Amino acid sequence: MSAAALLALCLTIPCAGALAVALLDRRPNLREAASLAAAAALVAAVVSLAGPVLAGERPSLRLFELFPGLALALALEPLGLLFALVASGLWFVSAIYSIGYMRGNDEPRQTRFYACFALSIGAAIGVALAANLLTLYLFYEALTFVTWPLVTHHGDAEARRGGRTYLALLVAPSMLFLLPAIAITWSLAGTLDFAPGGILDGRVAGAAAAGLAALYAFGIAKAALMPLHRWLPAAMVAPTPVSALLHAVAVVKAGVFCVVKVAVYVFGAGFAADAFAWLAWAAGFTILAASVVALRSDNLKRRLAYSTVSQLSYVVLAAALLTPVSVAGAALHIAAHAFGKITLFFAAGSIYTASGRTQVSQLDGIGRRMPWTMGAFTVGALSLIGVPPCAGFVSKWVILEAVLATGLWPMAALLAASTLLNAGYFLPIVHAAFFRAPAGEAHGEAPLPIVIALLAAAAGTIALFFLPELPLALARGVAGP
Amino acid sequence: MREHLPALQVLLPLAAAPLIVLARSPRFAWLAATAASYGSLVVAVLLATEVAASGSISYAIGSWPPPWGIEYRVDPLSAFMLVLVALTASLVAPYAERSVAAEIPADRRYLVYAMYCLCLAGLLGMVATGDAFNLFVFLEIASLATYVLIALGPRRKALLAAYQYMLMGTVGATFYVIGVGLLYLMTGTLNLADMAARLREVTELRPVLAALAFLTVGIGLKLALFPLHQWLPNAYACAPSMVSAFLAATATKVSVYVLLRYYYTVFDPWALFERLPTGEVLIALSVAAMLVASVVAVYEQDAKRLFAWSSVAQIGYVTLGIGLDNQAGLTAALAHLINHGVAKGAIFVLLGGVALRAGAGALGVASLGGLAARMPLTALGLAIAGLSLVGVPGTAGFVTKWYLVLGALERGHAWLVAAIVASSLLAAVYVWRVIEALYLRAAPAGAVRGEAPAPMLVAAMAMTALCVYFGFETSFNVGAAREAADFLTRGLR
Repeated sequence: MSAAALLALCLTIPCAGALAVALLDRRPNLREAASLAAAAALVAAVVSLAGPVLAGERPSLRLFELFPGLALALALEPLGLLFALVASGLWFVSAIYSIGYMRGNDEPRQTRFYACFALSIGAAIGVALAANLLTLYLFYEALTFVTWPLVTHHGDAEARRGGRTYLALLVAPSMLFLLPAIAITWSLAGTLDFAPGGILDGRVAGAAAAGLAALYAFGIAKAALMPLHRWLPAAMVAPTPVSALLHAVAVVKAGVFCVVKVAVYVFGAGFAADAFAWLAWAAGFTILAASVVALRSDNLKRRLAYSTVSQLSYVVLAAALLTPVSVAGAALHIAAHAFGKITLFFAAGSIYTASGRTQVSQLDGIGRRMPWTMGAFTVGALSLIGVPPCAGFVSKWVILEAVLATGLWPMAALLAASTLLNAGYFLPIVHAAFFRAPAGEAHGEAPLPIVIALLAAAAGTIALFFLPELPLALARGVAGP
Repeated sequence: MREHLPALQVLLPLAAAPLIVLARSPRFAWLAATAASYGSLVVAVLLATEVAASGSISYAIGSWPPPWGIEYRVDPLSAFMLVLVALTASLVAPYAERSVAAEIPADRRYLVYAMYCLCLAGLLGMVATGDAFNLFVFLEIASLATYVLIALGPRRKALLAAYQYMLMGTVGATFYVIGVGLLYLMTGTLNLADMAARLREVTELRPVLAALAFLTVGIGLKLALFPLHQWLPNAYACAPSMVSAFLAATATKVSVYVLLRYYYTVFDPWALFERLPTGEVLIALSVAAMLVASVVAVYEQDAKRLFAWSSVAQIGYVTLGIGLDNQAGLTAALAHLINHGVAKGAIFVLLGGVALRAGAGALGVASLGGLAARMPLTALGLAIAGLSLVGVPGTAGFVTKWYLVLGALERGHAWLVAAIVASSLLAAVYVWRVIEALYLRAAPAGAVRGEAPAPMLVAAMAMTALCVYFGFETSFNVGAAREAADFLTRGLR
């Protein structure tokens, strides 16, 4: 099959999966099989694209000519491939996890859940494959709307409130800032296609460039740059598999992916100084401030959400530096954080399913009752702190290297402080889980599918440390020649 | 036969009306109205292909050559409008039977269809004619039929709404005729093309300016240009469901056409937009419409009125595009006639289905609660058409928004871009109130399960599908709109 056809297939598989899930409404086992099969097929399709892309090929496909000279089109480059690999691979793992979670908690409306889940991944893949800003915007918005039913899954007043915040804080920035930014780019450059080296070179400069970069950075609220981060904690009303895959991987990574993409392929390295200098500091502020909030949150999912806000800004910071090393670091951190954070969310869901607990203060001694879960949690936590042998160490190392190379010593100090804060909000959980006496009713491990998925994600976190060739090769490809 | 197509366009529905009144059978009335709608569509498409192939068509009624006789003139712009009106009619008419049967007593049903045919004939005539006074005649035919249609609505309040509309509409028509009279005074002709040519030689400014003012206010009343929109929400909310759907997609749009016709052909030699602050005034009024009407919609409790207010706001998009007076803006304005037409048409048909199931009466937003479980397709259709009103990418509404933003950027009005996106954000708020009710709220007590009748659902789903189709495949809506916009900016000659 040609690479272009595979691109189309990557978009079709999740949609077909959603359709199959909807049709198999009354046959739960077949329905879950369909969602697993779709996930596996998507992984296969994305992986088979890896070879050509690594060999330097850039498959592309035009879909519709929307406006004269401006088409909906797909094209795959290393960064997109990396994001697609992470999203599809972790979809498969989450599909296993969801079976255990949704059945273990007896959740209502499971068909709608699985169907929207598949569509969300489809939208995320669309973001990864977008060949121009218009296509990116289309899938970016679609991702917001198809995840809304998942966020409001429980349908109660709290879910409605969370859903409103989620939607308002994602849609308002993308309409108010991102769309005008894209239109301005179009009127300046006459093209919206992503191109190595950017398309704005020589067309905008100085304060105007910084303003445009700000429209993008805040328009892409999925990157959760403060003060536009509040949708992410609001999204935590969703069932945990949603928080895990979408709000630790697909949605938030789509956000930072867009930021990197815009920085590298729309602006280009020449804009590092005048357009993006402020963004690095804004990201630095978010890293610290979100870590402090995480430190003070007792609700486990909320703590994880704020940790995500903080970690996303590592990517934004690295993208804003716009050096080859920093962009590679950004790409790596997208993958590394995805694996680490999904492990942590899986663990949070596992704890909730087995014991019904949601607060950090209730986790005393839980490691003795749920050794697998808390073992995986420890791996995820170490990865996010940046301790070897976990994936987070590699990406944080590369980002730090890039920061030092630019000579921004205060920024390096900020990253060091952030690492301490990360340790400060994760290690007490690990300590309490293993070294304090258990309290409350006795319970065992979570259902088997949950444990399998959890261990797979944790194993992936460690594997990325020992086998970083593929992500590294892709990350270098982004920064590339 | 082919050369008589322009006359046939108007004659088909015009002839159907008396037949319906003679026969009086509701079934026959519906069949005749549907046949007239389909027939008009065929004629309109034939005309459009002919115009695309060999340029504008001029047809002399009774073989009296223009400018002495009445001329029908079909150019790219009017061909576009004819297709739009006939297409909406063809989508609405087939579904009407069940809805009319549910809302209107048996002995009055034939009247609905007769008036509908007259209204259609009037609207098509307004577009097809090239004569200023003939246009007034058709305007009155369409308006009078519309007053009756609204008065036939199932609620008592419909009478008040129809009366309100009649007062405003009559003022509008009178202003129009005064404007035409002044122009006739100055040029001695009623043929629009001829009038444009002779206006060049007119040196006396004041009567022409007065004519312009009268025409603008008169047509503005008919197209619900802010702040002349007060009649619209009640009229749309109280009319029978099929009438709301038909009017929402056509009536104000045809008035927009008339405005364009005068601004760009008759007053064109005057360099209207350069010499007078026409653009600025239109932009200011449009922005006010987009923001104020959207805010009202956000707080509206009645679902039909909510979407009627949204229409006022969406008409603001159209007039904004005209006010921008550039290629992108005009393309947006014309494309939005289609884009908004299909979305609003779908919404009113679907609400008609809901009203049918829930029993007549006020249709509050709260009564849409839990509709996704009772009428899943209806809910999905409302959600998709609603997203098109917001202008989410992948829907027809986005296409308009994109061109409007480009047009505003081209004019160098950054604040206008902000106003456009702010208005679509407000649209997101009022649409989301509905979607949240559909999917997350509890159903009201005693709600019945079950979809709307199949014909209604098919019509609505077809329009919903068009909302998405036009969001991806833009060669029809944008293509035709660009062509018409090219034609306008080039001028008649």
